[in-house]
Amino acid sequence: MEQIGLQHILFVSISLFFIGVYGFLTRRNLITMLMSVELILNSVNLNFIAFNKYLWAGRLDGVFFAIFIIAIAACEAAVAIAIIINLYRSHKSIDVESAAEMKY
Amino acid sequence: MLDATYIALIPLLPLASFVILGLFGRKYFKNFSGIIGTTSLFVSALLSLVTAYQYFFVSGKLDGVYQKIIALKYTWLQFSPNVSIDMGILLDPISVMMLVVVTFVSLMVHIYSLGYMKGEERFPTFYAFLALFTFSMLGLVVSSNIFQIYIFWELVGVSSYLLIGYYYDRPSAVAASKKAFIVTRFADLGFLIGILILSFYAGTLDFNTLIERLTNFESSQLKEIATASFLGISALTWGLVLVFIGGAGKSAMFPLHIWLPDAMEGPTPVSALIHAATMVVAGVYLVARLFPVFALSCPAALEVVAYVGVLSALLAALIACTQTDIKRVLAYSTMSQIGYMMFALGVSGYYGEDGTGYMASMFHLFTHAFFKALLFLGAGAVIHFVHTNEMTEMGGLRKYLPITHITFLIACLAIAGVPPFAGFFSKEEILVAAQHHNQLIYWIALITAGLTAFYMFRLYFSIFWNKEHHPHGEHHGEGPATMMIPLIILGIGAALAGFVPFNKLVTATGSILETEFHLNATTIMAVSVGLAGILIAMRLYKTQNDLPERISSSLKGLYRASYRKFYIDEIYLFVTKKIIFNLIGRPAAWIDRNIVDGFMNLLGSSSQTISEEISVMQSGRVQQYAAYFFAGAMGLALLFIYIWTK
Repeated sequence: MEQIGLQHILFVSISLFFIGVYGFLTRRNLITMLMSVELILNSVNLNFIAFNKYLWAGRLDGVFFAIFIIAIAACEAAVAIAIIINLYRSHKSIDVESAAEMKY
Repeated sequence: MLDATYIALIPLLPLASFVILGLFGRKYFKNFSGIIGTTSLFVSALLSLVTAYQYFFVSGKLDGVYQKIIALKYTWLQFSPNVSIDMGILLDPISVMMLVVVTFVSLMVHIYSLGYMKGEERFPTFYAFLALFTFSMLGLVVSSNIFQIYIFWELVGVSSYLLIGYYYDRPSAVAASKKAFIVTRFADLGFLIGILILSFYAGTLDFNTLIERLTNFESSQLKEIATASFLGISALTWGLVLVFIGGAGKSAMFPLHIWLPDAMEGPTPVSALIHAATMVVAGVYLVARLFPVFALSCPAALEVVAYVGVLSALLAALIACTQTDIKRVLAYSTMSQIGYMMFALGVSGYYGEDGTGYMASMFHLFTHAFFKALLFLGAGAVIHFVHTNEMTEMGGLRKYLPITHITFLIACLAIAGVPPFAGFFSKEEILVAAQHHNQLIYWIALITAGLTAFYMFRLYFSIFWNKEHHPHGEHHGEGPATMMIPLIILGIGAALAGFVPFNKLVTATGSILETEFHLNATTIMAVSVGLAGILIAMRLYKTQNDLPERISSSLKGLYRASYRKFYIDEIYLFVTKKIIFNLIGRPAAWIDRNIVDGFMNLLGSSSQTISEEISVMQSGRVQQYAAYFFAGAMGLALLFIYIWTK
């Protein structure tokens, strides 16, 4: 069996990225949107790891970045969920369409 | 000795009283403001008499020639080492003579106004304005610098504007003051350009230097200004004619005279001071001030002065014959007499016997100040009594106003040129000068003299004789003593001013001009024309009859043309309203409204439309924003890929 190459991993990561973007743009539920964002972040993580492994195998920079992003994604999820809870309290809904007052 | 400190006080005292009355008059000196103004002017008048005495009889002469003395010189603005605007006092025969005339007439008017303006709401303001005017006029006559004269010239215009519009609640007075200001401003534009031309070529603003350079045929400045030409006319002629236009505007010469009759909307004492005796002769004074340049270097410009003067004299006399508002008759008579002074300058030469015209012009200015101020103050007394300006509503007032009657008669005899009253001598000299120089001007002047006598006595008989006066309502006397005393003093002046030996005092060169008074054809002609005018007026207006009516209807067209002032106002209206407004004003307004404003409106409305369009993008929907963001990021990514892979 042929070894899994860089292109395969990049294909997975791009698919993941666009699935995330699609979810972010189409889902109305804020929680689902948050999950889409996580997908995007993970696609980026995959990229970092893959490039690190295939291009500079002796170094760890890409892996560190991936760990950083995971930490930040955790913080971001906490903040986002806090916002969503507050939105729910004021709007009785977590539909993104119901929070459209901030306009011209 | 001519000490500058007290001469400087002559104009500064009225300035001080203007400041005091203008700032504090209405609050603190409600009742004393007249006294304050009159007192300061009385001191000024005394000082000018002293100055005149010192100048004419003690220290003004050097080897039999009156000198031009710079009594005071203060450099105000230094442009370059040679060009500066100075504030100074120049004493020569005409400026000293004008000092006396201005302070004297102004003093009379101040005293008269104590009675005439009594009880006016803005009494202190009136005296403040009078003081401002007197200050400006005195500053004008003693100017040693052509720019100084321009500054005071404008100040005089402003104070005239303020005084004409004194009754600011009357629309006609407001319109008249605006008209006077705009017409004279228009003329002053010419004056300013003239000043710039003359001083540019002469390289100085100082009167004495300028006259010296522009009359010396060896000087490079004169050669330069005489050879430089524009439209085939030399720069010198242009400069002098433009300066004369400024003078013509102030002196109400045709065709810039239209403001003077309307200026009679001001209080009568103001008309006497400004629009009869002093300000309107400023134009004559200006030409006289630059007379050596006119006479020696540029006779062509002097011809212009002569013809404009004589045309104004005749035209104004013709109009005066049919007017019925007594102040307007006097206004046109003023214009006619100033025309006399102008053409007397115009027909004059510089040296010796030829200088008669100059002397006569200044003489007439002097005598005219007395009898015209008297006529206006007398008319003021009449108006005060009958409360109307229309002469058709007057008549038979000689029993009610004896002092006014006598003094008015003296003034009429003086202006008609009946010996031995003041006007006779000066008018006689003018006619002699005209006869020597130009027959056409002489004959027009003679006809004008006859017309003058006619319309003045038409006025006199219509006011004091004609029909019987039927007093109605409450009756008050002739007027307080403050009004009668100036009339009497001016009456004495009008009777005796002709005996002042002007040929020894005020001449073009400064030396004595030998004129022998001899009874010849000219004198007899002048006097008999005057008497004929008086007799015709007597026949027509002494008793009530229908002869004036019949004559006016038989001369229908001419009468109407004269009554409507030869339609000059209508022509001005036509030119300004129809031609200037329609051909220049309207297109300019159209351009302003459509192109200039249109451009700005376009900017405004297009940015508004664009903002409205793009504000839709601010929908408040997070996912839409994300889509835009994503599209932008994609666009940029594609762009970078395109650039790097090329």
